[in-house]
Amino acid sequence: MTDDTLEIDCRDLPCPRPVIELARALPSVPVGGTLAVLARDPAARYDVPAWCRMRGQEYVGEELTDDGVPRYVVRRVS
Amino acid sequence: MTSTHGDRTDPPAGGASGYLDTASAEPLHPAARAAFTAALDRGYADARRLHRTARDARLLLDNARAVVAECLGVRPDEVGFTSSGSDAVHRGLLGLVAARSGAGRSGIVHSAVEHSSVLHAVGWRDSPAHAVVPVDSLGRVAPEAVAEAARADGVAAVALQAANQEVGTVQPVDRLDLPADVPLFLDAAASLGRLPLPGGWSALAASARKWGGPAGIGVLAVRRGTRWTNPFPGDDGLDQLGGNANVPAALAAAAALQAVLGERDEVAARQRALTERIRAAAAALPDTEVVGDPDERLPHLVTFSCLYVAGDELVAALDRRGFGVASGSACTASTLEPSHVLAAMGALTHGNVRVSLRRDSDATEVDAFCAALVDAVTEIRAGAGIGP
Repeated sequence: MTDDTLEIDCRDLPCPRPVIELARALPSVPVGGTLAVLARDPAARYDVPAWCRMRGQEYVGEELTDDGVPRYVVRRVS
Repeated sequence: MTSTHGDRTDPPAGGASGYLDTASAEPLHPAARAAFTAALDRGYADARRLHRTARDARLLLDNARAVVAECLGVRPDEVGFTSSGSDAVHRGLLGLVAARSGAGRSGIVHSAVEHSSVLHAVGWRDSPAHAVVPVDSLGRVAPEAVAEAARADGVAAVALQAANQEVGTVQPVDRLDLPADVPLFLDAAASLGRLPLPGGWSALAASARKWGGPAGIGVLAVRRGTRWTNPFPGDDGLDQLGGNANVPAALAAAAALQAVLGERDEVAARQRALTERIRAAAAALPDTEVVGDPDERLPHLVTFSCLYVAGDELVAALDRRGFGVASGSACTASTLEPSHVLAAMGALTHGNVRVSLRRDSDATEVDAFCAALVDAVTEIRAGAGIGP
């Protein structure tokens, strides 16, 4: 999964920038493809799943990068 | 009329118009002001002394207790005044636990969306029997889940709010079926004076500034027959919680509560209609969700979250347009953590605004707020390069 995933690095961006960058990046991923946003912002843990629900996308889950940054994975479904 | 365009700073006309944060603190009720002023010259003495001036203070304090007791449907000796709503929560909840800790019961069962004062009380002493009951997407606990958690070993008390302070959702307190030996602590701060009180509680806390009384006065009620011990230094009993009561403020709080309850149904009906307008205006904004139960809710309060908007920017943009509102977004919190209420509900935490109407908020003010909201959100999103 990780190989084809488009990754956007928002680790130093404050809320709500990670979600804004996620929305901007969505069109560059094909339907069925995945994208991941790296964010230390504590709100991203709740707001990435909420964005998926509000925008009709699928929230896949949260991982940690090797250097300990939360990585939120989303699948484009429309 | 409030300016709704650009960065104008015209204050809205009249009194507190534009102030829409009454869930934090309601402006002082006229009845409270009159009682406070009158009591300042009569209520300064130590009500425990035996001289005439002290008896005067005692009379005023007893009067305040009697009025609050009548408003709560309890006896005067079941009511005490504290130095704030949070203080009432701490003393009420921890006092139920203190009376049971000798029996090896120290756990508190509570919902995930309780006020921070409840969470702080729970966190004050670790217990293996503390338990958090989750809420649904409307912010409501399942009464069966609360009752089941309350049946676990080591549980001393259940803490549940009458209604949520951030999203307005009413909790199913009347449907709780708790074990006979587990008392219910009811946090009524958000709802007292706005909705009828639920039954079945052993101890109750509330905060006067939420109903138009002065700040710095809380109410703690403990029903007779409830085992409750003062958890902090000082005598047991409700008469001297934390030292001498602020007699003028207690009397003012009582006068405000009595007045507010007399008008409750009329004010609530008006506020419910006005908050429906705000709910509709917020829901009509693109990528915006209104949070909390649409029907079973506090009448004066609306909460919503706007995608792609920072909560602090939105609060500032509304402030420039003459409107004062609260927010549960992380960037507006001293902790920089998002609201635990919104998080527990799975709601969007950024771009969050809580609007709570005054008793005298009217349609003109609400419509001006709705126009300012659309204007502010559109402006912020355009600044971020995101369409409307």
